[in-house]
Amino acid sequence: MLKVENLQVYYGAIHALQGVSFHLEQGEIVALIGANGAGKSTVLNTVSGILRPREGSVAFEGQAIHETPPQDIVRKGIIHVPEGRKIFSRMTVTENLEMGAYTNNDRAAINRDMEAVFARFSRLRERRDQLGGTLSGGEQQMLAIGRGLMAHPKLLLLDEPSMGLSPILVEQIFDIIQDINEQGTSILLVEQNAQMALAIADRAYVLETGNIVMQGTGDDLLKDPKVIAAYLGGH
Amino acid sequence: MDKPTSTSDQGKLRFGRYVRMFIGIVIGVFLVWRLYDVLVVEHKFGADTWVRFGLSGLILGGMYALIAIGYTLVYGIMFMINFAHGEVMMLGAFGGFFVFEALRFIPAPTLADPKLNFLDAHPIFSVFLAFAVGISISATAGYFLEKIAYRPLRKAPRLILLITAIGASIFLQNLAMLLFGPQRKNVVNPDLLDRGAGWTITVSGNPVLISYTGVFSLVLSAVLMIGLYILVQRTKLGRAMRSVAQDKNTASLMGVDVDDVISKTFIISGSLAGAAGVMWGIHMGLVNHYTGFLPGIKAFTAAVMGGIGNIPGAMLGGMVLGIIEATGPAALGIDFQLKDVIAFSILVLVLILRPSGILGEKLSEEKL
Repeated sequence: MLKVENLQVYYGAIHALQGVSFHLEQGEIVALIGANGAGKSTVLNTVSGILRPREGSVAFEGQAIHETPPQDIVRKGIIHVPEGRKIFSRMTVTENLEMGAYTNNDRAAINRDMEAVFARFSRLRERRDQLGGTLSGGEQQMLAIGRGLMAHPKLLLLDEPSMGLSPILVEQIFDIIQDINEQGTSILLVEQNAQMALAIADRAYVLETGNIVMQGTGDDLLKDPKVIAAYLGGH
Repeated sequence: MDKPTSTSDQGKLRFGRYVRMFIGIVIGVFLVWRLYDVLVVEHKFGADTWVRFGLSGLILGGMYALIAIGYTLVYGIMFMINFAHGEVMMLGAFGGFFVFEALRFIPAPTLADPKLNFLDAHPIFSVFLAFAVGISISATAGYFLEKIAYRPLRKAPRLILLITAIGASIFLQNLAMLLFGPQRKNVVNPDLLDRGAGWTITVSGNPVLISYTGVFSLVLSAVLMIGLYILVQRTKLGRAMRSVAQDKNTASLMGVDVDDVISKTFIISGSLAGAAGVMWGIHMGLVNHYTGFLPGIKAFTAAVMGGIGNIPGAMLGGMVLGIIEATGPAALGIDFQLKDVIAFSILVLVLILRPSGILGEKLSEEKL
């Protein structure tokens, strides 16, 4: 479904991705784990079109998309829920969800989708007329995911969905991610919380300073001594 | 924002705050003294005069507000002051002027009046056409201004954009002078909107004329402002504009074509400026290549006063500035020629005392 090959991305003179290759098949949850600054978010930003690779390619459903502008990549069915949630803080919850459905012009369908999001996240229904900026961190994360779902993604890119959330909320968010996946959406998950990410991932890649240094199924990596030492607080 | 770290920085900040407070108090005392002097001691003007000043302030304010919205929309979305915006308004004013001129020379004789021209025979259609043409010209000018002058500089430092905007302003002014000549042109309105005509009311025994052109301008400004507010708050394009203003990257992740939204923002700003330009011609009666300059800078003042980037702020700022400009010289007992000085003193004072404007908010982090 998604095939990334030899991705080379620079920020000015900094060589952020030094030839990253990976793939994701229909229906999978694939996790990218790694430390701060390893290039995880850069991968997502390149897939969603915000960054342009200097070399390498990104193909989605057989089509090259690494030169497609982000607003057109959205229309192909790749939805990126960015790091730090990036809620429109001066728009209401409803307006944020409507922004998520920006590519959809069918008013009735948008209302149906919004109902579905409210059914999944009942807190958002309670706060539908509140400004995005006044929500708590957990609510904002729910809104960010709900906003992503409004576009009917085939592939959902999630960047650090657990960041800054309490352990209970993290559990909840990961349950939701698994549930979204079971309903047919493929997921590319970037996480610093390697434990949680590997637990739900079908496969995972470990990113270090712009290179993929390890890959395997989630379970295998959870048991790998090097991964345990580096990312799971090592025993 | 960096927090001040050393104590000397804090000292400077506190000193600055005292200086600002001192300036504010001095100006406040001065204003109260002058107002007391003029209104109570000298009692120079009757209520009718104040009503007259107030009315002309409202009318002027409506036009300032329309232009100020353009500054604020563009600033909100690109963080640049489009100093060529006044010239966009001037082009609209010329559009309206030429429509009236052309229609005036089309004969439309009737049995009762064989000399009748089209302008007077069909005044409503003529005014409508003048606005349609003026708005189209300004909208087109705004669109190409962004496309040609600003878009190539999208990633350049903001100072460069600012200088480009000033250059574009000078270019458009001189272009208009070359095309239309430097002399002032009288805008001949249809008889229905004759500048001397209007309703007369009596205030404290004296007649006060409420001109048709004034009422027309004010009503149209209000309608356009309400329309704009609905557009921004209630439509999909409005949501897209607000999302781009808040965070361009995230907006594009929603599927918003940021370049397209910026283009449309310039078209909307241009349209409002064009409407203000045609109004200016109809109400003030004179148009030349310099017409947009002062209203442009004053509308900028209004936008800053209301809080740049804030649409209701621009509307409020425009109305307040219009009223202050119209009543200020009389209220302070100074020469009426000094009304421009009052407007620009306000700009300076706002920048010193409250740089974020009346309704302004702090810039959020994602904006910077």
